Amino acid sequence: MSYLEHNLKTVPTGLSKILFVNWALVVLLTAVACIGFIMLYSNAGGAFNPWAAPQMKRFGVGLGLMLMIGMVPIWFWRNMAGVGYVLSLVLLLVVEFFGDVGMGAQRWIDLGFMRLQPSELMKITLVMLLAGYYDWLDIKKVSHPLWVAIPVFLILLPTALVLKQPDLGTSLLLVFGGAIVMFAAGVSWWYFGAIAAMGGTLVTFVFSSRGTPWQLLKDYQYRRIDTFLDPSSDPLGAGYHITQSKIALGSGGWTGRGFMQGTQSRLNFLPEKHTDFIFTTLAEEFGFLGGISLLMLYAGIVIFCLISAMNNKDRFGALVTIGIAATFFLFFAVNMSMVMGLAPVVGVPLPMVSYGGSAMLVLMVAFGIVQSAHIHRPRTKS
Amino acid sequence: MRRSPADTAESAKKLTRRTLFLGGSQLVFMGALGLRMRYMQVDQAEEFRLLADENRLKIHLLPPARGLIYDRSGTVIAENEQTFRIVIRKEDASQLDMVLAELETLIGLTQDDQDRVRKELKNAGPSAPVTILDRLTWEAFSTVAANAPALPGVSPEVGLSRDYPLKDDFAHLIGYVGPVSSYDLSRMDHIDPLMRIPKFPIGKSGVEKMMEDTLRGNAGTVRVEQNVHGRIIRELERKEGIAGNNLQLTLDHQLQNFVQARLAGESASAVIMDVETGDILAAGSTPAFDPNLFVRGISIINYNALLENIYRPLPSKSVQGAYPPGSTFKMVTALAALEAGVVTPDETVRCMGHTEVGGRRFHCWKRAGHGNINLTGSLRHSCDVYYYEMAQRAGIENIAAMGRRLGLGEEYDLPLPGMSSGLMPDKQWKRDNRGADWVIGDSLNASIGQGFVLTTPMQLAVMTSRLATGREIVPRLIKSIDGVEQPIKSGGPLNINENMLRSVRQGMYEVSNSNRGTAYSSRIVTDGMRLAGKTGTSQTRNAVVNNKNVPWEERDHALFVAFAPHDAPKYAVSVVIEHGGGGSTAAAPVARDLMLFALHGAVPPLASYPQSQRGTIKTLLDALPLRTDGDNATKRSNA
Repeated sequence: MSYLEHNLKTVPTGLSKILFVNWALVVLLTAVACIGFIMLYSNAGGAFNPWAAPQMKRFGVGLGLMLMIGMVPIWFWRNMAGVGYVLSLVLLLVVEFFGDVGMGAQRWIDLGFMRLQPSELMKITLVMLLAGYYDWLDIKKVSHPLWVAIPVFLILLPTALVLKQPDLGTSLLLVFGGAIVMFAAGVSWWYFGAIAAMGGTLVTFVFSSRGTPWQLLKDYQYRRIDTFLDPSSDPLGAGYHITQSKIALGSGGWTGRGFMQGTQSRLNFLPEKHTDFIFTTLAEEFGFLGGISLLMLYAGIVIFCLISAMNNKDRFGALVTIGIAATFFLFFAVNMSMVMGLAPVVGVPLPMVSYGGSAMLVLMVAFGIVQSAHIHRPRTKS
Repeated sequence: MRRSPADTAESAKKLTRRTLFLGGSQLVFMGALGLRMRYMQVDQAEEFRLLADENRLKIHLLPPARGLIYDRSGTVIAENEQTFRIVIRKEDASQLDMVLAELETLIGLTQDDQDRVRKELKNAGPSAPVTILDRLTWEAFSTVAANAPALPGVSPEVGLSRDYPLKDDFAHLIGYVGPVSSYDLSRMDHIDPLMRIPKFPIGKSGVEKMMEDTLRGNAGTVRVEQNVHGRIIRELERKEGIAGNNLQLTLDHQLQNFVQARLAGESASAVIMDVETGDILAAGSTPAFDPNLFVRGISIINYNALLENIYRPLPSKSVQGAYPPGSTFKMVTALAALEAGVVTPDETVRCMGHTEVGGRRFHCWKRAGHGNINLTGSLRHSCDVYYYEMAQRAGIENIAAMGRRLGLGEEYDLPLPGMSSGLMPDKQWKRDNRGADWVIGDSLNASIGQGFVLTTPMQLAVMTSRLATGREIVPRLIKSIDGVEQPIKSGGPLNINENMLRSVRQGMYEVSNSNRGTAYSSRIVTDGMRLAGKTGTSQTRNAVVNNKNVPWEERDHALFVAFAPHDAPKYAVSVVIEHGGGGSTAAAPVARDLMLFALHGAVPPLASYPQSQRGTIKTLLDALPLRTDGDNATKRSNA
């Protein structure tokens, strides 16, 4: 049911909206962010600078931003979806063409107070556009090939740009995030089944072609895959990060070495200890209990979002919530798989924990939209 | 756009179903992550913790202090000096240009050094220290330390470095240390872990090289916690190394200094030893060089100058130089003949100035001949024809056997590298090495220490000691190791008839003390210190031309061997002056001075010299560049 079809009188207005904020989500997000502060503090050798203090400021800003966005009615965001998508696309093109020449192949635009990565923004605006698209689209046409091709194109266009940067991690997140929105919107199983089958066949072909005259990948690309599958084969080269990450994680044990006692992350064995590999610090210093706690907080965030979506009779609100939850899920699932040696090192941060302003602010904006959908969800009498 | 309620209800249901499916899948995935985490952190924790410890704990080696080397009286010959140096590591060298410019103004770092640092940094690992400057003075070092804030990345370090306070005197005996090279490593059976320290100093020549294992000591260890760059975070446990053993040598630093000073200006060598114990008191070789140059890294120019010097400063001539002994060999021939019973001491041989053997004419050095001459006379006058006769009577095998008994052609067990064993030829040797049969002319040449015979100054000193004592004197250089006295190997009698020895010694006595002896002008006049010696002039060419008319490198070698006092021998001396001319004029005066210094334990008084020579001797002795004690020996208290 489209939003405008509901009786608006049942929707909270004015300051009373504050009461209808999904406070559980706010608490969970804050808890995750606090874990991030603690780990950044520890990684800096027990200091707020250079990471923990800026991260706290950004979280404060993000929290305000989230609540402000949440106060704005959801239909406004639905109407902005197309604009946001086009804007993100333009920014991607700007860094693609001007970033290369003028700024030495950077992926971000300096806004003065923060560096904005258009690809981060695209993750949210893509989800919003697809949610808007399926809100608009007649339900009967959802699985029609033509109407499936349009969102596929909308997904692949920014993905191609991001892939060219090159940023494999983000492009994968875009594809999977978009696909999940499509799936939730009710696109037929057959499409997903067919894609999965094709993917499986491709992988089989890629591997079976190895060593034959018609092999599909270059030798070095195969070697990279080998390194991922068995990091110990090249412990000082490409497998180094994975090996060191696993050592740090594994040495944590049940309860960890204790706050600020992690030797591996402290001693710079770990690459990117404050960004992509921050989970290893947590796992080393607080052990399995620390790691599983963070995982449960993440699960809580996803679950609260999905519950909110299922209770939301507004199709846009529900789909955008599911899409954002899925993107969030993909973030931490890929990052954790990576540090645990289950996925290749692709450069995806741990959401709300890794140091980085752009990612955190974009996520807070996204959760602002989730809040907006939650606050402004249509309420039926009885 | 209005939608039918059935449609919307249907789509809402579908959305819920798919959301539940998505949520379920996500939870399953998270569950899998949780299980993986549990597996790694709980089941495999031990294994990973072990890996983690290996990762961060490293054992660094602490170089031990190298053993010191003393002379027989306890004066330091080789010591370890505290040195100051400044290093920089690549990971800290972000402001290299600024740092180098600053160092140039502060301590005058040269452009060459700056270029070298830049080059070395380019090839160095991120945490390997690159030496900017070694051996800074205390002033320069403290200047650098005081200006540390302006010199980011520069770290001052204190280390031990080998120092030879007596400089040139012991260059050939003690040798020097230098950084271990891959060539050195390839030649070692067992590689001490210390060798992995970059530029670890090991003995490169002399006693330093041969006693390396004794002097080196054992590495200490320090367990450190370090990060991935190798930067040390903290030190966990330190176990100091065990310093190397100290060596005390049989050498006397004052005598050695006198020897080097007395031989200066010539390409010469001399050995003085105790005839009873075999202790080597001094073994000089000139020209010498300052071993400290090698420790500090000798420049190409200086090194090439040493290599190209025709006087060959680098080899240790006293043990590496092999010379035809010339007439100093005549005692061997005489004893061989006496022992073979082919001559008696009083039997005379007629010298006509030459002798004909196998169609060849062999000359005596005195063309006019010596007339009838007996054993002592033949030594006194150094008559060649007498020995040509003895060679024919006794045969080369007897002569060679006697030479070996007296220590010739033999390599001694001394801690000196590259020692020559000389050559004591016989028939077998010539067949094996020259592919020709021994001819009688070879015997005649050998009998006067020419031809194939080669000896080192060390061997001549040993021979002289054995002649003086009649016992098997073996040279000794190491007096004690870490306070433990080393055995004196000089041993039993040579089993040469004492009367025969006495005849030979009488001849040697007359060489120096008979007014017709060849070394009479180099006599000692103090009773109880009189010399018994033998001159030698070994030819390096065939043509008989006056020495003064040929280039230096074609002149004869001058030799002299002696022991004193003649009636109660204490010391034996051998002197070889390369291309010095005649043994009596060039070598004997030097030998006398060395012997007198050994006997007096100081610069000899003029009273020991013949009255007529005292003026010249005084001038000579006064001009010697001797080191007075306190010059260098006390220099090490400045650090």
